[in-house]
Amino acid sequence: MSTHTPVDPAAIARMANRKTAKAGRTVIFRIKRCDGPGKPSYWQDFKVQVPKNANVISCLQQIALSPVTTGGQPSTPVVWESGCLEEVCGSCTMVINGSVRQSCSCLIDDYAPSEGDTLTLEPMSKFPVVRDLWVDRARLFNNLKRVKAWVPIDGTYASGSGPKESPEDQETRYVLSTCMSCGCCLEACPQFNVEADESKWNTDFIGAHAISQARLFNMHETGKRLAAERLEALSGAGGVSDCGNAQNCVKVCPKRIPLTESIAAMGRAVVFHKVKQFFNR
Amino acid sequence: MASGSTDKRVIVIGGGLAGLAATVRIAEAGIPVDLFSLVPVKRSHSVCAQGGINACNEVSRQQGYSEYEHFDETIYGGDFLADQHPVLEMANWAPRIIDLLDRMGVPFNRTAEGNRDLRLFGGSLFKRTHFAGATTGQQLIYALDEQVRRYESEGLVRKYEFWEFLWPVLTDGESAKRCAGIVAQDMRTMQIRSFRSDAVIMATGGCGLVFGKSTNSVMCTGAAAARCFKAGVFYGNPEMIQVHPTAIPGADKLRLMSESARGEGGRVWVPAIKNTDGSWGPHPRSGDDPKTIPTSERYYFLEEKYPAYGNIVPRDIATREIFDICVNHGMGVAKGNQVYLDLTHRDPEYLTRKLEGILEIYEKFVGDDPRFTPMRIFPGVHYSMGGLYTVFTKGRYEPANPLAKHKSGSRPPLGSEIGLGMQPGAMNNMMTNIEGIYAFGEVNFAYHGANRLGANALLSCIFDGLFCGVSVTNYIRDGLPGKKPASGLPGSVFDEFVNQEEAKQAKLLSTVKSGASAETNPYAIGKELGDEMTAACTVVREAGRLQQCIANIESLKGRFARLNLSDSAAWTNQSLSYTRAVGDMLSLAEAVAKGSLARRESRGAHYRSDFQQRNDAEFMKTTLTKYDPASNSVSVEFVSIDADLIAPAVRNYGKKDDSSPKAAAKPALSGV
Ligand SMILES: Cc1cc2nc3c(=O)[nH]c(=O)nc-3n(C[C@H](O)[C@H](O)[C@H](O)COP(=O)(O)OP(=O)(O)OC[C@H]3O[C@@H](n4cnc5c(N)ncnc54)[C@H](O)[C@@H]3O)c2cc1C
Ligand code: SF4
Ligand code: SF4
Ligand code: FES
Repeated sequence: MSTHTPVDPAAIARMANRKTAKAGRTVIFRIKRCDGPGKPSYWQDFKVQVPKNANVISCLQQIALSPVTTGGQPSTPVVWESGCLEEVCGSCTMVINGSVRQSCSCLIDDYAPSEGDTLTLEPMSKFPVVRDLWVDRARLFNNLKRVKAWVPIDGTYASGSGPKESPEDQETRYVLSTCMSCGCCLEACPQFNVEADESKWNTDFIGAHAISQARLFNMHETGKRLAAERLEALSGAGGVSDCGNAQNCVKVCPKRIPLTESIAAMGRAVVFHKVKQFFNR
Repeated sequence: MASGSTDKRVIVIGGGLAGLAATVRIAEAGIPVDLFSLVPVKRSHSVCAQGGINACNEVSRQQGYSEYEHFDETIYGGDFLADQHPVLEMANWAPRIIDLLDRMGVPFNRTAEGNRDLRLFGGSLFKRTHFAGATTGQQLIYALDEQVRRYESEGLVRKYEFWEFLWPVLTDGESAKRCAGIVAQDMRTMQIRSFRSDAVIMATGGCGLVFGKSTNSVMCTGAAAARCFKAGVFYGNPEMIQVHPTAIPGADKLRLMSESARGEGGRVWVPAIKNTDGSWGPHPRSGDDPKTIPTSERYYFLEEKYPAYGNIVPRDIATREIFDICVNHGMGVAKGNQVYLDLTHRDPEYLTRKLEGILEIYEKFVGDDPRFTPMRIFPGVHYSMGGLYTVFTKGRYEPANPLAKHKSGSRPPLGSEIGLGMQPGAMNNMMTNIEGIYAFGEVNFAYHGANRLGANALLSCIFDGLFCGVSVTNYIRDGLPGKKPASGLPGSVFDEFVNQEEAKQAKLLSTVKSGASAETNPYAIGKELGDEMTAACTVVREAGRLQQCIANIESLKGRFARLNLSDSAAWTNQSLSYTRAVGDMLSLAEAVAKGSLARRESRGAHYRSDFQQRNDAEFMKTTLTKYDPASNSVSVEFVSIDADLIAPAVRNYGKKDDSSPKAAAKPALSGV
């Protein structure tokens, strides 16, 4: 359907699979598991009989009912994060058949339409694993603090309404404001290079989502009051200039947030900010 | 181990709209807050709300609407079961809340001139619903989350995300027990410890998972409320559970399908065979591709039973009829709990123009394009009007006699000043029967009576946080004269409760056995509970079936006592957490079933086929349930309500809608 129709040919091919997928077929879930931080990862396969409309979460729930591997070895329910099951909370992000996305909106029919097909589930690779498919995304939220992603209101006591806003500005802000801190953009970003040794990770880069949030709050009449501080945060190490403009982020953002637009806008704003600072010295 | 801080702190459990609003309000007063949540607060269930938030506004005011009418609609919509003074205060506050959210930067939809846009919603003739795109709840919670992050940066808020509330710490107060903190568990390290605080705000949301699948998020088990209940907090109106007529059944959850699909001409049918006597019977190929079912084998049951209004009968009727076809007659599509909602006879381009956002959700999760394939839908448990029982201090408005129902356009009897409904800052506002435990948001039983109006829930959550947050502040500052603040209590007070929780956990862990049969598998017990509650305690209720349900809950309790856990991990053990929740949900389920049985009338969302009339003389009362630890069972009584402001009237706007199918066709019906 118009806006939802993907442009990515692979996604279009996946949607075509829906027509041929037969309910009740067996699909192998190949899951990368890990018992905790510092523990080695290992793979386990589970067979699931897939009903119509099944998604990754409903299959993980089915596995939890009776966790036995394809080899007949009794196991434990898989650990993962979930919440809304409507692709609006960002919890359930994982790497499915090699690409990062929400698992609640991932229909099995799209990915594994035939009897015996395999679906691979892995935790995101750029965040430390907590257990199995659950990773620690604290960094995402901490980076929102770095850009002071809030409107500095006086307080919560009544003092009239907010500023008027044109419908165009509202639409721009609304899209930026649908960012659900899922982490897809960070997972896809080449600036987040990870090494085998977690302690050597360079986690300075603030990430596309935070750059975009800085833009969101710099657009708001009251939010603007902190614009200089946000630009300052974006101009240092790990700021907007660290972005190599690979544009991977915008391709994987499930909310279709125009991240490269935000990065370009904030890049320009940081340059202005620096020039202004230079002349004001 | 108890935390040893000496200052007075407040604990907020839950970071949905209610918990976040409370946190901001209390932190702003300079009191430090410890905020607990199962998930990062930004991911709380409140993100799911799509429709909007109600408030009187300048446009509707100039058309004759008022805060008073919003109050009146809410009481009437709730079928006269809500305590009335708090509802009055909430309605009066609503415009202030919208203004505040606006100042926080919520991207409310705008008119061409730049004012906040409004939409029509169920239960009102006036446009009083504010909205931000199709994700109002998400936008509101983000705005509050951002303000909380600001206080977190300043050190006033400490977040405990991925921490699970296990039990309230109770100690001897002046005359009765009072709350001095909580026991909680880190869901990653599995550490169990206590936290001290003189006030604990429960803002833990609804309990949809008691019914297995619902429109709620996976965290909405109701376990936190159940734990307070088992610790002695009363639970009010548990039987008041709202069911939404058109949800999309999924293997994992029921997703909301807006009622505007029916408004735009959607036809509801099931495959069926017409018997010679004209009645309909099950279809042998009812699960086949609907396009292969000839017209003569399609049973358009709403159109047939309600020729005048057809598919746009009011919500509760649609819900009951769909339920009846599937559950009582076994005629659901593929013999399951689902019927077709069919738009395929409409022009696809028209549908795209009118319903795009809504149809997109269906396509995303079901994989079928509803413009060309009939949708499968079924009623879904949606919202709990009931919750922890709370009290309040009445405000200044005390009419000599309750007034008659307000007529649109007539002069409201009073203005909208603060303090008419509830006394601002009174320490007991929305406090439970246990001193120091408050309940805000969906977990609070107040405001919505027997039925919640669309777009009133977000309002009640934020209102609780802001208005009653001040009550908590005052309680913390002045409410403890002569009592020892929690920070000064001996550690043993807390250790007792930590030990209790550790013992419970040890007991569960001792049952670990892989490959346990369904009989003792906690996931199976949880699923069976959900199926049973959905079958007996949702749309249509009746004494015999309810008694059977109560007996079945008893037997599930027995199985729970013998269960086998499937994961022994000492690190991030989600099975343990889920299993513990199932045990607590059983008690909440018992309260719902026993409340349903005791309320021998029909009111709001509660429909008894054996008592179809509302009975004000006996039941215009709050259902108060109490838990008895000795017998591990629930008792029910009825207590009087505050109905000082509006006299009960027959709730018949269903009829008015009936007589005007056009009204029902408007998006006004799409309340969520
Ligand atoms: C699909 C859908 C659409 C809706 N649309 C609307 C609408 O348009 N308008 C409207 O007014 N209402 C709507 N509602 C209702 C409304 O969304 C909810 O009533 C409201 O969001 C509840 O907010 P809350 O703050 O009470 O709780 P929640 O948002 O549910 O938050 C509960 C919090 O408690 C925490 N918690 C729970 N248990 C524990 C525990 N044991 N330990 C620690 N933390 C715990 C959770 O982590 C979470 O942070 C809708 C509901 C649904 C399901
Ligand atoms: S455009 Fe920048 S932020 Fe986006 S993926 Fe590329 S490097 Fe990362
Ligand atoms: S910008 Fe998009 S991909 Fe990145 S966190 Fe936000 S929603 Fe996810
Ligand atoms: S569970 Fe919320 S996005 Fe998937």
